[in-house]
Amino acid sequence: MLSKIILIVVLFAITLGIAAYLTLVERKVAAWLQDRIGPDRAGPWGILQPLADAGKMFFKEDFIPTNADKWLFILGPGIAMFTALLTGSVIPWGPDLELFGTKIPLQVADVNIGILFIMGIVSIGVYGIMIGGWASNNKYSLYGAIRASSQMISYELAMGISVITIVMMTGSLSIRDIVDQQHGFWQDGWFSWNVFKQPLAFLIFLVTALAECNRAPFDLPECESELIGGYHTEYGSMKLGFYLFAEYVNMFISSAVISALFFGGYNFPGMDAFSGNTLAILGTLVFFGKTFFFIFVFMWIRWTLPRFRYDQLMHLGWKKLIPISMINLLVTGVVIALTSGWFTKSPKSIETVPAAKKEVVREPKQLSMYNAKHEQ
Amino acid sequence: MESLSNRKKVVSNKKMSFMEKLYLPAIIGGMWITFKHLFRKHNTTKYPEVKREFATVYRGQHVLKRDEQGRENCTACGLCAVACPAEAITMTSAERKKGEENLYREEKYASMYEINMLRCIFCGLCEEACPKEAIFLTDRIVPTYFEREDFIYGKEKLVEPVDQRVDITKRQLTGKRPA
Repeated sequence: MLSKIILIVVLFAITLGIAAYLTLVERKVAAWLQDRIGPDRAGPWGILQPLADAGKMFFKEDFIPTNADKWLFILGPGIAMFTALLTGSVIPWGPDLELFGTKIPLQVADVNIGILFIMGIVSIGVYGIMIGGWASNNKYSLYGAIRASSQMISYELAMGISVITIVMMTGSLSIRDIVDQQHGFWQDGWFSWNVFKQPLAFLIFLVTALAECNRAPFDLPECESELIGGYHTEYGSMKLGFYLFAEYVNMFISSAVISALFFGGYNFPGMDAFSGNTLAILGTLVFFGKTFFFIFVFMWIRWTLPRFRYDQLMHLGWKKLIPISMINLLVTGVVIALTSGWFTKSPKSIETVPAAKKEVVREPKQLSMYNAKHEQ
Repeated sequence: MESLSNRKKVVSNKKMSFMEKLYLPAIIGGMWITFKHLFRKHNTTKYPEVKREFATVYRGQHVLKRDEQGRENCTACGLCAVACPAEAITMTSAERKKGEENLYREEKYASMYEINMLRCIFCGLCEEACPKEAIFLTDRIVPTYFEREDFIYGKEKLVEPVDQRVDITKRQLTGKRPA
């Protein structure tokens, strides 16, 4: 219990710290890609810049427009931040750590529907944007909110379908199971990471993750040139800070999810040479390394590609990504059916899903209680 | 018609091929270009510490010149104010008193001379209009202030100090007038 609380606090601090420093990294990466230096005035190489930004945000006037719906206006950034921080709880950050004779899993909650949980919480996240945009009582904010919600709806489908292909292959919705099945780097004559088994699903997931995070080239809800900031036009002070912060937390979490689902999470080539706590620490570092790489990719894409037009966004989402991901799902299903011998073996001898190794038979709790009552 | 530069390109609206419609090769190509810029030398000049070299014809903050004996050149004729397209210059004239010969070169001088640096467009027409070689634009930058009033420069900021002459030879060599 104590280990969980410590883990939650550490994870909270790490997530917030990384998100704060991502603002600096973003500006630095942008500068480097444009042959500039970037912020370098606050401390050496500008490492105090996030503190300066946060200080500025806190000391600004906390303004609520007269015609805004006051409570929803406050609720918006709160929901955005809350959902952004919540998703980190089901991600396995590393192999089990052994301290003082007890096994400590580096995961706050090994929910057996982890990936479903993430999808659900991420879709609640759009409420933060919608409520904030609507409560501002400003047409540009409303435009931003509408764009955000329709973008989320269109891209969540393709994202879900590409995740389903992974779930079909692993036979589990728990992220820890998905990561554990990508053990090492090479297994059974093929790369064990899902990206080599499902490159198309990875591509679709990457694109939709960009759209879900409202990152360029899908940053239509907050495009400065068209909507003067979109849903956070009316926001200032730390409420604006929360929105921007939530965006970076989301980016961090989705990078972590991508590296867990497709790039083997904390698995790395030659990991069998280590064991115990060394493996746990190395695995965690590897996982963070992969996550940071994808964060860099996110930024790299942002500073390379121009923004989509809205009809192009919808066209890509509905007419391209969803059909492609459905075909991918179909092909995956057929391949799984063939390899597990659905057409050749007798129906009873077939395991339902090839990868579902451990089978837990659990008596339904309520039923057993019912039985116990009646026996008395 | 043959173009002179030989760089003319005819725009084509041909249908995109399948590979082009995928966009992925183009996106990867673009990302490779930006990636190469990561290792490029940066072009930033760290301004307050390092100052970029100005062109010889740079037009910055004005100076009101004195002659060799330290007397103000300006006679408050008002030609600069008339020439100014931005109406940035204003002045009042005064008659030189006895005993002030070491201060002003001619009998009339500007008792007040103001340039509003927020209005000024640094076109250099005042300099061109000046018959007495009194006003010049220099390679100094007008700094920023928090108050609008601070941008109105009076004589105390414009007239060069006797012991700290402002070099305007670059402006004199721009071909407008002989040195």
